[in-house]
Amino acid sequence: MQKFFSDAVEFVPILLQGVWLTIVVTIGSLALSTVLGLLWALLRVSGIGVLAGLSAGLINVIRGIPIIVLLFYLYFVMPDFGIALTALQASILGLGIAYSAYQSENFRAGIEAIDKGQIEAAQTIGMGWWLTMRRVVLPQAVKIVLPPYGNIMIMLLKDSSQASTITVAELALQGKLIASSTFKNTSVFTLVALMYLTMSIPLILLVRHFEKKANRK
Amino acid sequence: MIELEDVHKSFGKVEVLKGISASIAKSEVVCIIGPSGSGKSTILRCINGLESYDRGDIRIEGARVDRNARSIVAIRTQVSMVFQRFNLFPHRTALENVIEGPLYVKKAPPAEARERGRALLAQVGLADKADVHPPQLSGGQQQRVAIARALAMQPKAILFDEPTSALDPELVGDVLSVMRKLADDGMTMVVVTHEMGFARDVADRVLFIDGGVIVEQGPAKSVLNEPKHARTQDFLRRVLHPL
Repeated sequence: MQKFFSDAVEFVPILLQGVWLTIVVTIGSLALSTVLGLLWALLRVSGIGVLAGLSAGLINVIRGIPIIVLLFYLYFVMPDFGIALTALQASILGLGIAYSAYQSENFRAGIEAIDKGQIEAAQTIGMGWWLTMRRVVLPQAVKIVLPPYGNIMIMLLKDSSQASTITVAELALQGKLIASSTFKNTSVFTLVALMYLTMSIPLILLVRHFEKKANRK
Repeated sequence: MIELEDVHKSFGKVEVLKGISASIAKSEVVCIIGPSGSGKSTILRCINGLESYDRGDIRIEGARVDRNARSIVAIRTQVSMVFQRFNLFPHRTALENVIEGPLYVKKAPPAEARERGRALLAQVGLADKADVHPPQLSGGQQQRVAIARALAMQPKAILFDEPTSALDPELVGDVLSVMRKLADDGMTMVVVTHEMGFARDVADRVLFIDGGVIVEQGPAKSVLNEPKHARTQDFLRRVLHPL
């Protein structure tokens, strides 16, 4: 135990550098996946066949490709087409695209949960599609969408470790590097696990808060 | 003011409107009665473009109703609708529900919209409920908010789709008396209803619809008291004397 604490004192500062990148990757890809997910969902419920079909097809393609393959594609294949991304850019883009599929399905479920009668009522007072979305549907859908959104945040935080596969020195990769150079696997990976857990706990509490709020409605 | 000419409408293979022609004048109150599934609500929904129709013509003050044309927004601001299930926006207060259209569709100045909204809520007897959310209101109160919301658009006509069918019996009277006042003030109204008393007292004209066609129409009292057609007689007997 004492050994663990002395290891911790030594390794935590190095691991914290990885934590910083983990947070950057998570927040970056969360923002991107939210914007893209909302876009796919709005296309899906637009009532315009071509756009809805395009969105459905896109979501299936994204869902059918493993995140790691998507990351390899962006980082190793895109340069062949003249698009060279840094590892950090590729990881945010890859995770953002991958998670946009889940975000989209969540948003769509929230939007479709709103009573059709309200949408008709909005139409009868002269509201167009976008105004109906903005004033009637989305403000109510947000409450439905938030608890699953919190869970997506937790999954994304953990999946940000996949960025290590394309050389982003986030927490998991930082841990692996220290472990392979010191052979102190137990101490290092216990610390890594504890750090992920520490970052997850506030998110878990946030989800619980969202759920309570949604149930109160 | 509202003209329907040989309107046909099918849902899949089922033809629900089989050539409806009617003309509703300004300030006229027309009640549409008939068995469920006869196409009554569909007529209202076609008039303000919530449903498309397959053949025929619907015109409001000369402007053709086409749910896919841009002009539909302008038409809808002239012809409001009140639904059976109120369809209020639950996340907004009664007052916010009423002023939503004036503020965001008609771009009215907020202070003016609020003032008018409060006056409309007072008109339907709900001055003290302005800041209450719909789920905290009774069905009758919600329906009166919905009527205030329809009035807020300053429409030329209001379509009522079974406005009292979802209400507890003791709440029906409040809604009907608001509607009667509107009729007295000269509002053009088309009302799909099962309230024969209201139709008899308030309507200028009654249309009896069955199987997607107008079976009988005429002044309210003559259709309801002395129906000529066997189907009308049968329907009225069953509605007025269910046992």
